[in-house]
Amino acid sequence: MTEPKTKDSHLSVNVWRGGNEGELVNYQVPARENQTVLDVITEIQRFQQPDLAYRFACRVGVCGSCAMTVNGLPRWTCRTHIKKVVDNGQLTVEPLRNLPRIKDLVCDLEPFIDTWKKAGAPFSGSRTRYDPPANIKPDSPLRQAADAGLQCINCAVCYSACDVVHWNRDYVGPAALNRAWTLVNDVRHAKRQETFEKAFSENGCQSCHSHGNCTRHCPIQLNPSESITGLKKMVFKGLPKEDKK
Amino acid sequence: MNRYLFIAQRLSAMILAPLVIIHLGLILYAVSDGLSGAEILSRTHGSWAWASFYFAFVLSVAVHAPIGIRNILKEWTSMNQAIINGFCLLFGLMLLLLGIRAVTSVV
Repeated sequence: MTEPKTKDSHLSVNVWRGGNEGELVNYQVPARENQTVLDVITEIQRFQQPDLAYRFACRVGVCGSCAMTVNGLPRWTCRTHIKKVVDNGQLTVEPLRNLPRIKDLVCDLEPFIDTWKKAGAPFSGSRTRYDPPANIKPDSPLRQAADAGLQCINCAVCYSACDVVHWNRDYVGPAALNRAWTLVNDVRHAKRQETFEKAFSENGCQSCHSHGNCTRHCPIQLNPSESITGLKKMVFKGLPKEDKK
Repeated sequence: MNRYLFIAQRLSAMILAPLVIIHLGLILYAVSDGLSGAEILSRTHGSWAWASFYFAFVLSVAVHAPIGIRNILKEWTSMNQAIINGFCLLFGLMLLLLGIRAVTSVV
């Protein structure tokens, strides 16, 4: 690793270079009043290391593509202000944990996406375009349970934070199970029982140890841990019935 | 099968939780009063209440512990699944037999 040369007006940023084999390389980046981790990485790529590979798209916390490991913790870099994470002028940025590394800060997300199918996604509709839309009351308990798990941006931060995924790569992980939770509570989903069976399979929610790292690190404050607990309870109570009210 | 093991482990845990607390409280009470082994046995002999209590305890342990051991071995070792299942089944039977033997000898 290159020796850091800290200057007062600069951040000393260690960035992972390489794939699964590689090293941390130090860059000096001007410290600014307002900058995010993604800003810092972009500045390195634009002005110092043109071949630095990293992912981003929206830059406003919607697309979920810029997640990285920042000072040891998984974060969405576009919404992470430097002041929140910088440690004595030092910053270490690595790719997400638990995923194969392709180059520099870019991971192969295919294993993460595959887990969603293993846990019972995608949505399977039971109506055609000629049928009237389902009449779902937003305040019904079932809908609210499903709503609580929606809005996931697929950033893989929870998957990276999960220690169970770290020691058992067959475990589908929190994001996939959170998605399964939204589907088993969605009365429009035609394969609710099938989704539940998959989510409850051996490498599904049974493997969760309830560490809660997923919930702790989710950048949009979802609670996958609660979704997984809900799935575990369903093995006793069965699938929730369609709302009558 | 995994689903039934999951359910069995949770239900046995629910039964065990109060039983363990009562058992620990009983031990503390018996020891603090300085009861000898013979005195304890004289109180437990012929008591169907204590026999039922500890039989439920033994049964719950014999269900709960092997399933937990099975999960640990599956997660932390590369042992063959059939070997793990067989080992845990034997372990559970051993707990059950030793437990019943202990209960019958004090009641």
